[in-house]
Amino acid sequence: MNFPILSTLIFLPIISSLFIFLSKDQKNNFSSIYISLFGSIATLLLSLFLWYSMDLSSSEFQFIEEKSWINNFIKFKLGVDGISILFIVLTTFITPICIISCINSVKDRIKEFLIAILVLETFIIGVFCSLDLVIFYLFFEAGLIPMFLIIGVWGGPKRVYSAFKFFLFTLLGSVLMLVAIIVIYWLTGTTDITSIYEIKIPKDYQNLLWLAFFSSFAVKTPMWPVHTWLPDAHVEAPTAGSVILAAILLKMAGYGFLRFSIPMFPFASEFFTPLVFTLSIIAIIYTSLVALMQDDMKKLIAYSSVAHMGYVTLGIFTLTKQGIEGSIYQMISHGLISAALFLCVGVVYDRLHSRLISKYGGLVTYLPKYSFLFLVFALAALGLPGTTGFLGEFLILTGAFQKNYLFAILATVGVVLGAAYMLWLTKRVIFGKVINEDIKSLKDTNRLEIFMLTSLAFFVVFFGFYPTPLIETLNVSVDNLINNYEQSIINISIANK
Amino acid sequence: MEYAIIFLPLLGAIVGYLGRSTTRYFSEIITSFFISVSAVLSVFVFYKGINNDIYGNYKIFEWISSGAFKANWSINIDPLSSIMLVVVTLISALVHIYSIGYMSHDPHKPRFMSYLSLFTFSMLALVVSDNFLQLFFGWEGVGLCSYLLIGFWYKRETANNAAIKAFIVNRVGDFGLAIGIFIIFYYFGTINFDEVFQLTPQFIDKKISFFGFESSLITLICIFLFIGAMGKSAQFLLHTWLPDAMEGPTPVSALIHAATMVTAGVFLVVRCSPLFEFSQTALNLVTIVGMITAIFAASVALVQNDIKKIVAYSTCSQLGYMFFAAGVGAYHVAMFHLFTHAFFKALLFLGSGSVIHAFKDEQDIRNMGGVRKKLPFTYVFMLIGTLALTGFPFLSGFYSKDAIIEFAYLSNSLLGNYAAIIGISTAFLTSIYSWRLFFKTFHGDYNNKTLSIKETHESPLVMLLPLFFLAIGAIFCGFLFKEILIGHHSNDFWKTSVFFLEEIKHDDIPIWFLLLTPCLVVLAIPLSYYYFISNTKILDSFKNTNLPLYNFLLNKWYIDELYDVIIVAPLKKIGSFFWKKGDLGTIDRFGPDGISKLVKFVSNKAGKFQTGFIYDYAFVMLIGLSILLTYLIIN
Repeated sequence: MNFPILSTLIFLPIISSLFIFLSKDQKNNFSSIYISLFGSIATLLLSLFLWYSMDLSSSEFQFIEEKSWINNFIKFKLGVDGISILFIVLTTFITPICIISCINSVKDRIKEFLIAILVLETFIIGVFCSLDLVIFYLFFEAGLIPMFLIIGVWGGPKRVYSAFKFFLFTLLGSVLMLVAIIVIYWLTGTTDITSIYEIKIPKDYQNLLWLAFFSSFAVKTPMWPVHTWLPDAHVEAPTAGSVILAAILLKMAGYGFLRFSIPMFPFASEFFTPLVFTLSIIAIIYTSLVALMQDDMKKLIAYSSVAHMGYVTLGIFTLTKQGIEGSIYQMISHGLISAALFLCVGVVYDRLHSRLISKYGGLVTYLPKYSFLFLVFALAALGLPGTTGFLGEFLILTGAFQKNYLFAILATVGVVLGAAYMLWLTKRVIFGKVINEDIKSLKDTNRLEIFMLTSLAFFVVFFGFYPTPLIETLNVSVDNLINNYEQSIINISIANK
Repeated sequence: MEYAIIFLPLLGAIVGYLGRSTTRYFSEIITSFFISVSAVLSVFVFYKGINNDIYGNYKIFEWISSGAFKANWSINIDPLSSIMLVVVTLISALVHIYSIGYMSHDPHKPRFMSYLSLFTFSMLALVVSDNFLQLFFGWEGVGLCSYLLIGFWYKRETANNAAIKAFIVNRVGDFGLAIGIFIIFYYFGTINFDEVFQLTPQFIDKKISFFGFESSLITLICIFLFIGAMGKSAQFLLHTWLPDAMEGPTPVSALIHAATMVTAGVFLVVRCSPLFEFSQTALNLVTIVGMITAIFAASVALVQNDIKKIVAYSTCSQLGYMFFAAGVGAYHVAMFHLFTHAFFKALLFLGSGSVIHAFKDEQDIRNMGGVRKKLPFTYVFMLIGTLALTGFPFLSGFYSKDAIIEFAYLSNSLLGNYAAIIGISTAFLTSIYSWRLFFKTFHGDYNNKTLSIKETHESPLVMLLPLFFLAIGAIFCGFLFKEILIGHHSNDFWKTSVFFLEEIKHDDIPIWFLLLTPCLVVLAIPLSYYYFISNTKILDSFKNTNLPLYNFLLNKWYIDELYDVIIVAPLKKIGSFFWKKGDLGTIDRFGPDGISKLVKFVSNKAGKFQTGFIYDYAFVMLIGLSILLTYLIIN
């Protein structure tokens, strides 16, 4: 296809943000909201068209675009396969919802806020499309800047501390990744991912390079023990920021593992599997227990995110079909569910200006619609069958069991703990007696909020019962990933003999 | 038709909930109607199965297909599922109708009715599944509905806690079930029932090492599946949620916590009989747990004062019977008891509901008594229920319970004999506590101080009618279905859905043994009348002399307290510890905060070097120069 569909997809949001920038300041800033909505919905439709027109029976990268950027060094190379398309659609789906949520919750400088979100969308789509290490790195790191601003400018009282903590953690890992990219270029003479797949990096270098990439991805995932930036960032970030952070930004790391760590360093991936498993299990159990004791709703959900991402990393490194498909499915599912949960917190925060669990209780009497939706998402988060939350976890655990039953059993304990903290949260917020008199005067969700939450709920349930569209998209690409991995392991072990 | 059976309840739940504000009785009528249609159709399917052998598997659509991990949404009708269909939909329909009356004063009736229908749908999805994953869906689905319905009166703190407890204890069971499924998939490469059962004989001798223990694969699978069954069926150690679940409205207790959901565990064991039959160890475990639960729950039921809790413990105890029946290999008898139990236990619960209704939400039997003339219909129905439960000759409980004891005796193993002895003693205890409940409620003096006897009233027709049908069932279903379900030709009915390695011969029982249980049961009636009504002083003095024993039973063997001390409290402490000391105290302190402090510290110190005075800089240069010179000279 000659039409550069991927570049269009990437730059559509940033171009619309340009229009916002040029638009006149008005009362209520309607024009900027409309422009951003229009831009993000156009991006969504384009990405859906992309998904629709993809050839799912091929494991090759599709819609490849290649332009030389710096001669003989960096190429601006884009392409998608069955794995990345899902993340792109997730991104383009969540962004309009974020923009809608701003209408209620962001009161000042909404224009700049929308620009930040659209720029962020561009960078994130870029991450999922790029087929060149340098381009990937640029997009990956550039994403930090709008997020840093979103937390630092529109955040809560401790926003500066959180923003810096976020920046410090993520940058630290990324620097190592940059070094690793330079080393890879020095070893292979290219930064084109598909060529690196072919060339195969020498075994001796793999471990160090893998660790360098891992340090960056582990922070972004986030894995224990570098997860402490996430709760702080969530607590201080405005609702839309939390939604993007939880739903999309965290997925970049999981995607990174699949796109870089495993295919480029198969030997190291095998070597470090026990490390990843151990950290994942700690993440699942440790953070579930921590989540149990939180008194701040956003913190609780943030910790539950860490636990859920623990399943993801566990699943990816099982390197079994069920494990990897489960992980990707779990990431999509977590993207929908955590987005919805943060939106839910946002809805009551806008009304009561508190995130403390103890301030709530008995919401169901006065906000029945809200409570119903909250319950749906809480149940999805604890992995109830019939929602997306269940299948992801179940597939991951099935995959994990084939590798190591001890880890799989420990991870299954997390499912019990997950039910405990989610239900306890629900009980304290939704049910029970009304303690806080202010709740009696609260209004139930308005149309916009219902629209946002029900559209998320619809997909959470729909894909819970009928995940085939997602799984079929993945099928061939995941098969290809596993085959290449196993082939490389066999080749290396033959070479050793 | 099969589709209609499954999906009508779901449709009822959705339509009933969405249309709740159209007309006054809209939700009640629509849900009850849909479920009744579904019940009629199930009876028809069951009848077709008995007479014409028409069974089948209907695939709806594919749920998941990830490599070899495949599962369909499907409706699998076989003898086992057809009998469950009848039990579930019939009881559910009656409970729906009863609820119209029972919940008439509640503002949230529509929500209640749609939860009930949703529950029915999940339960049906569970029983008609042809693979473990859909079973798991139904399994957790019924758990969810149970959670929602226990916590239905959401303003009550106790109801909320009970709901959470029910869900989490069930999750512990689900944990076992899930691991069972993982093992099955890992070794068998499939989670479809038929395929797994066909492959089973190949794995009989397979041994695997599990946490250092050498164990047979099949045994391991069965034990994990059984943990799931224990959670759902409230067996000993995982039973604690069931009595608390009585916080929910009474129709819920009748439908979910007596007749259907709690029997899912028994259903699972029977469904997996082709696996269990190959593992004597697992079967023994099932028998032992069943025995302990039967006698434990009966002993606790003796001293409880809450009418619903007594019936709840009785349910627990009867489930124990079903399990040890399955454990000695008499799966069809377990199913038969499940079938009859559903009728008389639902009858007892709904009857208790009628009593509670009459006393305006009083549940303590010490505050009841002497109302048999005021509640004539309820009195008769409760009498039938009690007779059936205790196994009074020729009522349904008699056929099924005695059959269990006989089969345990016939299984000709030491454990089987123990099971028979426990079974007989439990039958006696059952009789005592049931009659205690009955006499204290309806006979003796009127003991309620807040409500005068004139204010108690008989329930409306809409509540009595379901009781009437259940009473019919409690009287006749044992006698009518005995031949088909456990008779000499029962294999013609069960076919391959229940699997026996070797069939237990059902003859050669000594006549004294046959008569023993009924005699004990009948004997218990005058005995309890004497002790609980005529001469209560003897019991009081007995209670006072054995106070520790009484408290031990009254506090349900202190198991809840034990769990609190060894599980709940430590977990919370560990959680706080991880958060305060782990995240904040270690990672943050030495991580970002530590680094930023260090940087500040170092730059402060470094800043002091830059004094701005020329002689300081000159001095440093001099030192540097001399070091360099020394180095060069030495080299």
